[in-house]
Amino acid sequence: MKALQKFMDKVRPNFQKGGKYQYLHSTFDAFDTFLFVPGHVTKKGSHIRDGVDLKRTMFLVVIAAMPALLFGMWNVGYQHFLNINETATFMETFFYGFLKVLPLVIVSYVVGLGVEFIFAQMRGHEVNEGYLVSGFLIPLIIPVSTPLWMVGLATIFAVIIGKEVFGGTGMNIVNPALLARAFLFFAYPSQMSGDKVWIAEQVDGTTGATPLGHLLTATDKLPELPSVMESFIGTIPGSVGETSTLAILIGAVILLFTGIASWRVMFSVFAGGYLMGLVFNLIGANAYMTLPAHMHLLIGGFAFGAVFMATDPVSAAQTNRGKYIYGFLIGLMAVLIRVVNPAYPEGMMLAILLLNVFAPLIDHYVVAGNIKRRLNRMKKIAA
Amino acid sequence: MSTITTIKKGLDIKLVGEAEKTITEVLAKRIALKPTDFTGVFPKLLVKEGDKVKAGTPIFFDKYRDNIVFTSPVSGEVSEIKRGAKRKLLEIIITADSKSESLDFGVADPTKLNKESVTEKLLKSGLWSMIKQRPYSVIANPEAQPKAIFISGFDNAPLGPDYDFILHGKGEAFQAGLDALTKLTEGKVNVNIHSDLTKTKVLLNSKNVQVNEFKGKYPSGMVGPQIAALNPINKGEVVWVVNPQDVINIGQLFLTGKVCSEKIIAITGSEVLKPRYIKTSSGVCLHDILQDNISDVEKRFVSGNPLTGSQVELTGFLGAYDHQITVLPEGTDQRFLGWIMPNTDQFSYYKSMFSWLTPNKKYKLDTNMKGGERAFVVTGKFEEVFPFDIYPMQLIKAVMAEDIDMMEQLGIYEVEAEDFALLEFISTSKIEIQSIIHDGLEFLRKEMS
Repeated sequence: MKALQKFMDKVRPNFQKGGKYQYLHSTFDAFDTFLFVPGHVTKKGSHIRDGVDLKRTMFLVVIAAMPALLFGMWNVGYQHFLNINETATFMETFFYGFLKVLPLVIVSYVVGLGVEFIFAQMRGHEVNEGYLVSGFLIPLIIPVSTPLWMVGLATIFAVIIGKEVFGGTGMNIVNPALLARAFLFFAYPSQMSGDKVWIAEQVDGTTGATPLGHLLTATDKLPELPSVMESFIGTIPGSVGETSTLAILIGAVILLFTGIASWRVMFSVFAGGYLMGLVFNLIGANAYMTLPAHMHLLIGGFAFGAVFMATDPVSAAQTNRGKYIYGFLIGLMAVLIRVVNPAYPEGMMLAILLLNVFAPLIDHYVVAGNIKRRLNRMKKIAA
Repeated sequence: MSTITTIKKGLDIKLVGEAEKTITEVLAKRIALKPTDFTGVFPKLLVKEGDKVKAGTPIFFDKYRDNIVFTSPVSGEVSEIKRGAKRKLLEIIITADSKSESLDFGVADPTKLNKESVTEKLLKSGLWSMIKQRPYSVIANPEAQPKAIFISGFDNAPLGPDYDFILHGKGEAFQAGLDALTKLTEGKVNVNIHSDLTKTKVLLNSKNVQVNEFKGKYPSGMVGPQIAALNPINKGEVVWVVNPQDVINIGQLFLTGKVCSEKIIAITGSEVLKPRYIKTSSGVCLHDILQDNISDVEKRFVSGNPLTGSQVELTGFLGAYDHQITVLPEGTDQRFLGWIMPNTDQFSYYKSMFSWLTPNKKYKLDTNMKGGERAFVVTGKFEEVFPFDIYPMQLIKAVMAEDIDMMEQLGIYEVEAEDFALLEFISTSKIEIQSIIHDGLEFLRKEMS
């Protein structure tokens, strides 16, 4: 380590102001601070600081999403071999998926971080680690067959329009990863839905529609759906990381235990979705409405959205009371869009994006309550 | 006795280097008055280098409030007047002699005086400067009508001094000080104690005042959360705040007629070889009391506690409102992959580090930032440790935007910079919140006057 530290100390001046590679300052700095937590000391205020920084916080989200990715890789293989009617060993299955999914992850990271580095350099900022998470989530919420150039394009769109135009990590209004998916969904609808995209290399004439796809086309009676167990474990077609509620729940436990994600948001998303499912059960006007409420939470991107997307602290409501409202409305809207809107099979993405936009408004009214309390106290004294 | 107020939110940070309960007496050789300790004071000097002074001799006064004077705590000679950029007055250093002469301000029984005569005595002796006003944390305005006066009788900041120990045996002076303070307000004088830890009769037997019991983690020992729990400050109201040791010195003034500058300070921190209490003068030079008692690593000297204190040099002086010196290791080392390693030597509020496994371990924390500055990302954490009915992040943002209306609506008058110390500690974005709030309050004070 000492040697590495010496090397970094030696080359550092080249990248600082007046150095040969000054234009790469932010890039160098990103690697430098990745390797070594800098020796910066406190100047004002608290002389001692908590050991946790944003890098660690963000990286823990990546760790939490790891089970979903690993399961997703296996499931890609599983769906493939199921589709071509072959049996394969666990390792073959996993390795097949691994090779299919890895390029998505690499493209997402390389393109996204590239944009981040350029912006950091232009602004003279440090590179923010927010994209560590977004870049990991993007491959998890798209179909495995998405062409790599589309992933790259969507990533560029999401990072620039979703984040950098607002000033970077912490300033964005909507969740960048979801924006990437929304971009693909509206720009290339045929690649993002239907029954052709969920399986890596599909044999002609077979179908691999997701449960949501089946439901959307159902008219008077419920189509044949995967069992509760299959949906929970996740051996069903769907976007790479969203199928296994189990793997997602493992991530949820990590996020909740470390306190990184808000339990208020997570809980109320599930509550909102379940409640809306029950309401539809009561109405029961068509086949979709009779889908058992708990199935809504297991199929599609509901669980993944609730655990990894809705809880993004930057785009979510920031007040505790606001988080309940925000989460509840996401769950409610997701199921509402699924069932009532015939054009969009997956309501979760749109529900979260919609509530991202409304989160500041929710906060505004929650904070107004606090302001009113203070004013009333004043009035009581004046009286 | 009244009901116990439990302050639920907060965090105790356990550090190595708590002061052992022994008192060593050290005569201060050099002391200094630092005009910069007093927010908003524009100092006008009354002495020059070489002047002989006694305890109680006026040294400088505030240009805009000329009845507020600052007096020498010891007798001796003005040895140096230090100025900074634009001739800003930084330190007036006085070398103490052995004569300990003092001006006589006259013995009096505060219970028999009225508000005007108590105020006058405190102003003349310079002890008035120890009474601070909230909001803005400035020296109290003698003409103002504070709605209450608050004295916190315990300090549960990291390595904070034990007031039970400091106040021991000083009941008479403390009561005399309280008697003087009760004359200054039509409201109550509140003495706030810890429901379990405060045992000293000095505080428990305080008369003619309201004794309030508190419990909870840090910052329940700070006046900010105590005021917010008992009687929050509304726009236009002021409350006054005094430290118990200064109450004693005020009491001594009435009992003896002299300016007493005695202060017991806690010498704390992991880089102090023998952390303990030292009886000396206010404004003492750190070198006088620390010289042989510190380790030889690179160090940070803090006048005050590690969260709210101010950085000083070893040749510098104790701050006017501080009762503690903390010596910490400077954290200039780079840590390899430090952001992801287990780091069992680090303390964290968050469960993503492992200090929650060892709740009773005492940590040796250095002054490293432990990360780069970022925009606010994490939400909901400040609220968990901030014992006010205030939305901290919204208030911080309003301050950053210099939006006065919003600051007022969100309760800026109820807080001081020091109330945000814990938030600054746990901030994963490493934002300097205390200085943001401090600057915001100064901005507000100038706009409102």
